Amino acid sequence: MTAVLEIQDLSVSYRTPAGEPCPALAGVSLDLKPGEVLGVLGESGSGKSTLAAAIVRLLPPNGHITGGTVLLDGKSLSQSTSEELRQIRGGRLALIFQEPSLALHPTMRAGEQVRQVLAAHGFLPTSALKEKTRQIFAQIFPQDAERISRSYPHQLSGGQRQRVLIAQAIACNPAVIIADEPTASLDPTTQLEILDVFRDIRERLGLAMIFITHNPALLSGLADRVLILYGGRAVELGPTAEVLASPRHPYTKALIQSIPASFDERIANRKTRMVAIAGDSWRSTSSQRGCCFEPRCVEAMDICREREPALVNLGINRTVSCFKYES
Amino acid sequence: MTGFPLRRLRHALFLLIGASILAFLFAALAPGNYFDEMRLNPQIAPETLVALRAQYGIDRPLPMRYASWVNSLLHGNMGFSFAYNSAVAPILIVRARNTLLLTATSTLLAWAIALALGIWSAERLGKLPDRLLSWSTALLLVIPDLGIALGLLVLAVRSGWFPSGGMASVDFETLSAFNKLRDLAWHMVLPMAALVLSALPLLVRHVRAAAADVLSAPFMLAAVGHGIPRRTLLYRYALPAAANPLISLFGFSIGALLSGSLIVEVVMSWPGLGPLLLESILSRDLYVVVGAILFSTLFLVFGNLAADMLLYLADPRIRTESSAR
Amino acid sequence: MKAESATTDGSLQPLLKVESLVKLYMKRNLAGVQEEVRALDGVSFAIEAGTTLAVVGESGSGKSTLAFCVACLENPTSGSICFASRNIVAISERHRRKVRPQIQLIFQDPANSLNPRWSALDILNEPLALQRKLNREEMKQRAYGLLDRVGLPSEIANRPPAELSGGQRQRLAIARALALEPKLLILDEALSAIDCSIQAQIVNLLMDLQTSLRMTYLFITHDLSMAAHLADEIAVMRRGRIVEHGPTEKVLQQPESETTQQLLKAMPRMIRPALPEMQR
Repeated sequence: MTAVLEIQDLSVSYRTPAGEPCPALAGVSLDLKPGEVLGVLGESGSGKSTLAAAIVRLLPPNGHITGGTVLLDGKSLSQSTSEELRQIRGGRLALIFQEPSLALHPTMRAGEQVRQVLAAHGFLPTSALKEKTRQIFAQIFPQDAERISRSYPHQLSGGQRQRVLIAQAIACNPAVIIADEPTASLDPTTQLEILDVFRDIRERLGLAMIFITHNPALLSGLADRVLILYGGRAVELGPTAEVLASPRHPYTKALIQSIPASFDERIANRKTRMVAIAGDSWRSTSSQRGCCFEPRCVEAMDICREREPALVNLGINRTVSCFKYES
Repeated sequence: MTGFPLRRLRHALFLLIGASILAFLFAALAPGNYFDEMRLNPQIAPETLVALRAQYGIDRPLPMRYASWVNSLLHGNMGFSFAYNSAVAPILIVRARNTLLLTATSTLLAWAIALALGIWSAERLGKLPDRLLSWSTALLLVIPDLGIALGLLVLAVRSGWFPSGGMASVDFETLSAFNKLRDLAWHMVLPMAALVLSALPLLVRHVRAAAADVLSAPFMLAAVGHGIPRRTLLYRYALPAAANPLISLFGFSIGALLSGSLIVEVVMSWPGLGPLLLESILSRDLYVVVGAILFSTLFLVFGNLAADMLLYLADPRIRTESSAR
Repeated sequence: MKAESATTDGSLQPLLKVESLVKLYMKRNLAGVQEEVRALDGVSFAIEAGTTLAVVGESGSGKSTLAFCVACLENPTSGSICFASRNIVAISERHRRKVRPQIQLIFQDPANSLNPRWSALDILNEPLALQRKLNREEMKQRAYGLLDRVGLPSEIANRPPAELSGGQRQRLAIARALALEPKLLILDEALSAIDCSIQAQIVNLLMDLQTSLRMTYLFITHDLSMAAHLADEIAVMRRGRIVEHGPTEKVLQQPESETTQQLLKAMPRMIRPALPEMQR
């Protein structure tokens, strides 16, 4: 099956006000098949939001794609005209931003904001837009759809705003949705609800999704495969259940270890020292020749300081970037 | 709905009453009165002056004069002008009309230019065209209104392209309707230019700042991410979001319609409220002074009120405020 | 071992005792009608010195309002807050100024609570300078001591918060709170904005401080898993009321209220899938 979205060796760099280059992504590759959900797991500084922005070509003015290509349906996005890009954004490729309270227009009603997305991609006559908006709201909001459609963002709760963002994303039936930390600012029960919404739209609409998060627990049951990002590099990739159960990369291992096996285990270990990864999160200003995780790695070897590890194939659909597996 | 507008209306009413009292107070307390000039004339007997003062009621105590003035105001009578020897209201209305003709068109023109320039500049923030505009507005801001008006006047006199003052040519009455309009427009060019040039720098800077704020906001980026076309982005997304500070500013513009053009009118001999106010202050024509001030205040208060109402309508967040007890 | 503050009659009193705390707001809804919002609706609890109470609940349950009231940043509508056996609700500003250093608040987003234009050293010096007891040299020593206490390298002393990572900023916020030698630290979702892998480090730091300085914590969170690890007691809030309160094990393993059960149902997601072959 051909991939609907393919990223080859993507590198992105930012320019600091002082003029120095600050690499944020280095040689990241992934492919997304139709109907598949790919989880991208990474912490702050890992480049996950940069990845999302780079795919739809919405990097801030000081960000540049310094290498690699992004292919949508086989066609490179860097060769698309700006009008073609505009049609693709929201039409074939939808991005759900972080922070729903900031991503919605403050003085436009929720329904209107969804209607605008529909209008921008013009495959419906204006008279049909209102009805289509109503349908979309009915899908996403099982109750109170009418009232929420007429509300302004500041009158909605965090979960409701997030749903409006989702409604905007699915409005034109895109092939791929990229969700950037969609549950980050919500409390646990609402998080569950939103995850259910994502599961629901995936089943009903059969779209492919890239789900970006820093919380590994969110991905089990939702993502088919997971890509672990650290320091702007892809360090591990594989089917979710496998990666979570038997992680290979030292970073992934440490991350998974910090989640207790069960709630009872958590309670039993109360008030003891938690298992923590030593050191600070990766900063792009730190100059390193070797592996980006080496300073915090408990299994570091000498070679890890000298060179960057290459991607090693561990089997079907399973890769890891670590010297431990290079033979 | 009724809470906010009602409060603002009450507020406006209090302002008007307060302004009228203060205007009356200051004008009446200023040393001298209209008839002082006559004292210097040896041919007029002091008794005549006393009689005149009594006739016009200037010798009564201040609160009484204020009370009778308010009384006649409520009957539609704004008082009597000593200098013009006629009722105040008709004089004010004619002059106010002339002023409004000038300022309303200038304000609209200035806003139109400022919106276009400000948004254009904000889209190119930090780049050369934006910086050039910043320098030019800074320069204009530094030159006083008087300087701009006088400069244009010099231009008129030297080049002869434009009349050097006034609102109508000598043979105005003999012209056809169309030519009358042309004549008026020709006389308006310079005063309008002066007003627009003085108002432009502040407006452009504010529009630029408001637009720049909005253009870099996350919801704009999100809208671009949804593929919203550029024109819609600008007019349906950016402009309404930037409206808040601009509506307040617009309220000030309306407020200044009757008062902001005084210097230009005097310098260019435009027969508006400005020169009238100046003359009547110098000659102590009490009721004209108070009447003119009241008119101007009316516009100021109305302008602010209009801005508040517009803001209330434009920003749904203001309609749902919360307060802690 | 629990240590409590002794009162004059020799009985042991909890460090913080809150009774029937009520906080009301007036809010205008869409119809233009003023309605009363009960952010806190009769909250009562006590915390013994040297222990941790976790207050969990969803957004809108009133937990942040509670934090602000205890930290004297807001005035409750009614009720009492007894800190070290003294009611701090209706006292004069002069007395309150003496109490404030003893109760410190750590916010969720360190980026917002640290002055972006100051260096780390300036940020630490500010509370020390306000006490006006130390000279410059002593302040500098103390500031570096605080940096060391929270595990920050001394090189960062001259850097502004923007150049620090999220975890480092939160450590700086903790260091600043410690400068005044508080007895009670209120952590208002202090771990929510930090990466998972760094959260564990901060938790370890907090536990160290509790052991060595006998620090008392009021830990506000919606993360039941974190509360399970840190807290001696848990109070569950809903709509301004405490619906369940008890020792951690009891509340989490034998929950009585529906709210707690619902929160627990959201929890299993956060647990690592129990599969064999975990490489340790």
